[in-house]
Amino acid sequence: MSARYFGASVARSEDARLLTGQGLYVDDIEMPGLLHVAFVRSPMAHARIKSIDLASARAMPGVVAAYTMGDFADLAEGPMPPMAPHPLIKEPLTCHPLAQTEVCYVGEAIAMVVAQDRALAESAAMAVMVDLQELPGVADARAALATDSAPVHLGRDSNLLASLHTKFGDVAAAFAAADHSLTESFATHRGGCHAMECRGVVATYDQREDHLSIYTSSQAPFMVRRHLATYLARDEQTIRVAAPDVGGGFGPKATVYPEEFAVALGALKLGQPLKWIEDRQEHFVATNQQRDQFWTLDVAFTKTGKILGLKGHGIHDSGAYAPYGLILPGNALVCFPGPYALQAIDIHLDVALTNLVPTSPVRGASRPNVAFILERIIDKVARYLGLSRDAVRAASFVRASQMPYFTGGVSRDGSRVSYDSGDYQKALDLALEKIGAADFATRQRAALKRGKLLGLGLASCVEDTGIGPFEGASLRITPKGKLVIATGAAAQGQGHATVLAQIAADELAMDMADITVEAGDTGRFPLGLSTVGSRIAVTAGSSVHVAAQKLRSKALHFASLKLEVSADDLELSEGAVQVKGVPGLKIPLADIARALAGTTGVPLPGGMEPDLAATAYFESSGVTFAYGSNACEVEIDAETGDTRVTRYVVVHDCGRMINPMIVEGQIRGGVVHGIGNALFERMLHDEQGQPLTTTYGEYLLPMACEMPNIEIHHLETPSPRNPLGVKGAGEAGTIPAAPCVISAIENALEAQLGKAAPFITHHPVSPLDVVDWLDDAQ
Amino acid sequence: MKAMLTLKVNGRELSGEAPNNMHLGDFLRHVLGLTGTHIGCEHGVCGSCTVIVDGQPVRACLMLARQAQGATIETVEGLAHDGQLSVLQAAFRNHHALQCGFCTPGMLMTLTAFLRDVPNPSEEAIREAISGNICRCTGYQGIVEAALAVATPQEASTS
Repeated sequence: MSARYFGASVARSEDARLLTGQGLYVDDIEMPGLLHVAFVRSPMAHARIKSIDLASARAMPGVVAAYTMGDFADLAEGPMPPMAPHPLIKEPLTCHPLAQTEVCYVGEAIAMVVAQDRALAESAAMAVMVDLQELPGVADARAALATDSAPVHLGRDSNLLASLHTKFGDVAAAFAAADHSLTESFATHRGGCHAMECRGVVATYDQREDHLSIYTSSQAPFMVRRHLATYLARDEQTIRVAAPDVGGGFGPKATVYPEEFAVALGALKLGQPLKWIEDRQEHFVATNQQRDQFWTLDVAFTKTGKILGLKGHGIHDSGAYAPYGLILPGNALVCFPGPYALQAIDIHLDVALTNLVPTSPVRGASRPNVAFILERIIDKVARYLGLSRDAVRAASFVRASQMPYFTGGVSRDGSRVSYDSGDYQKALDLALEKIGAADFATRQRAALKRGKLLGLGLASCVEDTGIGPFEGASLRITPKGKLVIATGAAAQGQGHATVLAQIAADELAMDMADITVEAGDTGRFPLGLSTVGSRIAVTAGSSVHVAAQKLRSKALHFASLKLEVSADDLELSEGAVQVKGVPGLKIPLADIARALAGTTGVPLPGGMEPDLAATAYFESSGVTFAYGSNACEVEIDAETGDTRVTRYVVVHDCGRMINPMIVEGQIRGGVVHGIGNALFERMLHDEQGQPLTTTYGEYLLPMACEMPNIEIHHLETPSPRNPLGVKGAGEAGTIPAAPCVISAIENALEAQLGKAAPFITHHPVSPLDVVDWLDDAQ
Repeated sequence: MKAMLTLKVNGRELSGEAPNNMHLGDFLRHVLGLTGTHIGCEHGVCGSCTVIVDGQPVRACLMLARQAQGATIETVEGLAHDGQLSVLQAAFRNHHALQCGFCTPGMLMTLTAFLRDVPNPSEEAIREAISGNICRCTGYQGIVEAALAVATPQEASTS
């Protein structure tokens, strides 16, 4: 393989369209007869639905229809199918497309109105009379598990959805052997995804062909098709689901949503195309969030700072339903023990139902929460022993010589967790060097003269990426000699069209301009799973590589028959197969494609299979573990508590990089998301479950003025687990960012307050927290 | 309830009927078919819908279409000429200033207006200029670098 494109920061194929306003997002889709949907949503966190009266809404001008779930009884009934069934979930805990008898969170859809335009639909939705009998609800996951808590769902006797457990080694022996142990409790909070494009659905039903077509702003169009087909008892072949341009995903768009089903049901019922575009207000109450995990852990360690064991227990807020099964809490347990070689762990996690919008992964998916806890524990042990934070990490890291390293834990697929490759210590050393840890004290003293408290933060992490079983790809040369790559893997800004073309272009010696990528459309590729867990470079990337090799062999075989030359003496060059060293003797790929397209009555040469095309489903042979260390500096204004991240260094290893520019974009965006989790993003509800932060004036996202430039240094340890040597990079920035920033805040306070400095156990940290800590200590 | 509006959009005179309660963003998108302008929050914070109205960057979700009667409007569709990206658009591509592309039109219009007023800004001034635009993908650095590249004469000529 000539590496012309692989490894180069090639400008993205997607950009010209997106820069000129020619993108096609769901709300850009227009079609004749398109009608608009608005939903009636619950204003209460928990209530019994006594009645729904649609008469006034139906009578309003421009209103075409109004529906409750009962109106769809001829098409489907019951709760939506679970996306990820789990043996611990005994009864289905998914919602109905439209709630029928009970609502369990503010924002749950109850009815829908279809009108000539959205404004009319919204006005009519306000005229729907819903009689609700308010029921006691619970908004805090800890309170939900109390024996006297109100039930989140009527008829359930407990709000405990499941108790998860992970253990390896002999934890009692690890604690017995330790010189020290201590206990800490943590509250980690993550908000929502806040993709700049809210969700949206367009559904059309063609009665003559009995075919349902859906455009949705989704990370998982194939999952939408699968579950909708199940729900409607239709064959998958009668449903097409496509994700067009999607304006950001970040996790929550990987869930199949009630609105997708309700809009599809409406289109089937009316036989007219329907569009629903979520507005930002709805996004705050109806799109999955991640929110809270609470943890209490005991850590055992030696006097030299080597962590030996961890035990303890956590509580995870599932929200009112479990549309994504137990994947989000389950991920948390897989994330222990992070980059550290521990003798033993024994950790429980209780999954609590609450009367809040459901949770599902947000960028990082529990990994940032666990990284926060582990990194905080490391910092705590350092303080306790009077050692440096890097010394405790150094004493505890998995070493390069131990790779592949079996942690002792078990993956989601039941296999033993093994870290494939890398040098964790080297990443930390480089991060310390690049941030200038050696002369940090000088900068800290200088800052103090300006009245600013300067702190240095550190955090390390591993990230399991590239989970299987597959994302496939098919490659086909068109009669014009162009290459079309089709894959199930939908994109939401990650640059799949560019990186997949880079891989194929090298293998087939083609120009990237001659390659197009069709992704995330069930009408163009038979199977797909979803774009989650930093998995597409590994899965779809490897499939493109394998398919390109097959296609190359086929082209060479055809040419060897035609030119009567051994395939070993042939090569691909500039869209043709040529005899090595004889550029004049060649057959263009276009000619081969036309020949293999066949002519009636004429046999194909040498009994070859038709079509110059190849398909591959690379089967992942094990999770690839990316890793890294981050270091940052924060500057705190002691008067106001204003906390700025002034410098940020990332050392990261995601194996071989297909496109370093895109990798760096993923990391930078991820870090900024993590800084948001450290300092700004807080989704608040009152005790009754009423959301309190439902505008961008109340829920703060990271903005340009507050964000630092992020300096990135790469290590490139090829993964042995796929032919490209790649690992995922989509979440690596987010995972260590919050603990890194919090570590820096604590470091700044420690310099000022000494032993009176707080040990910080929660995020986000607000200016008010900082001022309180400074005041309390003085 | 409805008014016939005529606006000059990207140099062309365009007309369409707008209900009284329709904001300029919806009018551009759904009446005139210019879907490059994106609606991100509809409460004036995210900046995705920014267009240039009579020379000033404006949040199209905070302005009624009727208020734009007779105005000269520039949208993202008007930035490229004869298939050639504007210098700023090209810099966005070269500096990976976009990922999902949803906030991009607003960023481009905000910076296009800003760079006309301040052709040689500092990094700090650029960050201030886009402080009313949210990007969830890039972390802003690529956007700032793109604007700086345009502001630096020697690089601007090669973009």
